[in-house]
Amino acid sequence: MWLQMVEEPQPELHLTNPQPTLPRLELPVRARLTLVTRVRRWGSGAQADSIFRSLMLLGALSLVGVIGLIVFELIYNCRPSLAKFGWRFFITNSWDPVAGDFGALAFVYGTLLSSLVALVIAIPLGIAVAVFINEICPRSLRKPLSFAIELLAAIPSVIFGLWAIFMLAPVLRSHLEPFLANYFGWTGLFSGPAYGIGMLAAGIILAIMIVPIICSISREVMLTVPQQQREAVLALGATQWEMIRIGVLRNARAGILGAITLGLGRALGETMAVTMVIGNSPDIVKSLFAPGYTMASVIANELNEAMTSLHRSALIEIGLALFMVTLVVNAFARLLVWTAKRGMSARVHA
Amino acid sequence: MRRMLAFAMLTLAAASSAAQTNLNAAGATFPYPIYSKWFSEFHNAHSDVQINYQSIGSGGGIQQLKAGTVDFGASDMPLNDDQLKQMGKPIVQLPTVMGSVVPAYNVNGVSGEIKFTPEALSGIFLGRITKWDDKALTDANPGLNLPGDQIVVVHRSDGSGTTFVWTDYLSKVSPEWKQSVGSNTSVKWPTGIGGKGNEGVAGLIKQQPGAIGYVELIYALQNNITVGPVKNASGNFVKASLQSTSAAAASVKNMPDDFRISITNAAGRDSYPISSFTYLLIPTQWQDQTKRNAVITFLNWMLDQGQSMVEQLNYAPLPKQVVQKERAKIKQLQ
Repeated sequence: MWLQMVEEPQPELHLTNPQPTLPRLELPVRARLTLVTRVRRWGSGAQADSIFRSLMLLGALSLVGVIGLIVFELIYNCRPSLAKFGWRFFITNSWDPVAGDFGALAFVYGTLLSSLVALVIAIPLGIAVAVFINEICPRSLRKPLSFAIELLAAIPSVIFGLWAIFMLAPVLRSHLEPFLANYFGWTGLFSGPAYGIGMLAAGIILAIMIVPIICSISREVMLTVPQQQREAVLALGATQWEMIRIGVLRNARAGILGAITLGLGRALGETMAVTMVIGNSPDIVKSLFAPGYTMASVIANELNEAMTSLHRSALIEIGLALFMVTLVVNAFARLLVWTAKRGMSARVHA
Repeated sequence: MRRMLAFAMLTLAAASSAAQTNLNAAGATFPYPIYSKWFSEFHNAHSDVQINYQSIGSGGGIQQLKAGTVDFGASDMPLNDDQLKQMGKPIVQLPTVMGSVVPAYNVNGVSGEIKFTPEALSGIFLGRITKWDDKALTDANPGLNLPGDQIVVVHRSDGSGTTFVWTDYLSKVSPEWKQSVGSNTSVKWPTGIGGKGNEGVAGLIKQQPGAIGYVELIYALQNNITVGPVKNASGNFVKASLQSTSAAAASVKNMPDDFRISITNAAGRDSYPISSFTYLLIPTQWQDQTKRNAVITFLNWMLDQGQSMVEQLNYAPLPKQVVQKERAKIKQLQ
C-alpha cells in the first residue's frame, strides 16, 4: 500500500499542507521529480515566504548600507585635512595647493550664491508655470506643456553647460550684462568687466535646471488641494487670481516649500554645467559678473591630479560637507512634501 | 552537458592566460595619444604582451603606482625627493617624448603675431599688466597697433602637467612669481578665469575678446589657434614647433642620471623656452619576471621604433644623447 502512495505524483500546491508526503526510505520505484517541480515545491512553503522577506530586507538595507559606506569612506579619507585644519577649514578663504594651505570659504560662498541666484529666478518662474498648467491653461495644452517641462529635466547637465558656453555667455556678455550694469549698477551686484561667464551665468543655467523640479512637484501638491476650497473662495466673490492665491497657493504652501527645497538640493550638487560656466576662480567678490567656484566644481576639477594627500583630503572634506548638506536638504524637502500631500485633505476639512 | 561547458571554459581561460602577459599602466593625459599608439603597435610586434593604459592624470597615476594597482605609471611632472620617498619602492623616471606649452590669444585688429617677453607674460599672469597696449607689450611689438582692450587671463581649472610646465617657466623668469605662486600641477592663480582641460581653455579664449591663455602645442596646432612667439634665454623670439622643442632638449649639457631636469627657459639660439619632457615611472624591483622582461623589451622598442612614430602625432622626439643615456639606464634595470 505505501508503494502505491509513492507512485502517486503530487499535482498541485497545498498551502495548508506544505510538506509533500514522501517516505524517507529510498525505493526502487519513485516518481521522477523534474527540476522545475522541485523548485516550485520549494518556493511554495512557509520557508519560501521568510526567505523572500529576508531577501527584500537585504536589498533595502544594502541601499542604506551604501550611504553609510560613502559617509565612512569620506570621513576616513579626509583625516589629514581634518587633523591639520579642523573645522575652521570652512571659514578660511585660501586655496593654495603649492603651499599646502587650504580653506573652503570661497567654495561655500560660491555654492550658496549660485544656488541663491538660481532660486531667485526659478521660484517665481516655476510656480507661475505650475499655476498656469494646473489652473489656467486650456485642457488640450496641459499634457504637451507638462511633457515639455519634464523633458527639460531629462537633458544631461553637460549639454546645458555646452549650450551656456556657446549661446548664453555671448548673449550675457554683449547684451544682458551691459544692460544690468547700466540700470542696476548702483546695487554693486553688477560691477566689473563683463566676461559672460561667471556667477550670473551659473545662476541662470541652474535656474533652468531646477524649474522642472519646482514646477512638477508644485503641480502635484496643488492638485491635492480639494476642489471645495477653490469653489468656496470663488463663492465669496474672488477673482481668478485671488482664488488661486487664497484657495490654492495658500493651502499648498508647505508642499511648494518642499518643492523649492528639492530644487535647492539639486542646485547645490550640480557639477558639470556649473563648472563649465562659472569661471573657476576661488575668490569672494560681491559682483555677480565675477567668476566664482563651487564645492562640486573644485572636486570635479582637481581631484584627479591632486598630487599630495593633504590636497586630496581637503577635496574629500569638501565632498563630505557637500554630501551632508544635500542629504539634510533633500530629507527635509521630502518630509515637507510628504506631509503636505498626506495632511492636505485632513487639515482642510477640519 | 554542464560539465562539458565548464571544461571548455576552463581550457579557454587556461589557454588565454598562458599566452598573454598583461601589464597595467596609468597616468598623464598629455602623452595619451602617443602611448596608446605605441602600446597597440608594440602588441602587433609582440603579440604576447598587452599593455593597458588609463589616462587618469599624473596625480592619479602616481597614486595607483604607490598603491600597487598598476605596474608602471606616467607623469608630466618628475617626482621630487619627497614624493620618491613616499612611493615606498625605488622608481626610475624615463623621459619618453617632449611637449611644449604656447601662449594663445584672441585680440582683434592686430595685423601680425604678438611677441611675448618673459616680463610681459609674468606681468600678465600676475595681474600687473591689465591692458593690451601696456608698455611691456608695445615695446616688444613696435610695428603692431595694439588696442587698449582689457586683458582677460585664462588658465586651467583642473590640475595638469601643462600648468606645471607653464608655472615652472614663469618661476624661472620671474622671482615674484616664484615667491608668490610657485609651480605645480595646480596653483593659486592671482587672476583670471579657469577652463577645464585644453579644450576648456581654448573655448574660453575663442569666446572672449582680449583673452590670453596657455595650451599644449599639439592642441594649438590641431585647432588653428593664434599663437605668439616667446623670447628665449638667448634673446631670440622663437615660435613653438617640433624643431624648437627638440632644440631645447638638445641644449642640455649635462643630463642628470635620474633624468630629472627641467628644460624650461633652456639656452640655445633656437630653443623654445616653454618645453618639457614627460616621464614613465618604472619600478626597479619586480616580482614577476615575465612582466619585467616585457617592460624592458617595450622600453627598448620605444627608444627605437617608437621614437619614429612621434612626429606624426605632433610630439617632439627625444634627442640622441637622451636616448643613449636611457638605453644605458635600462641595461642597469636588467
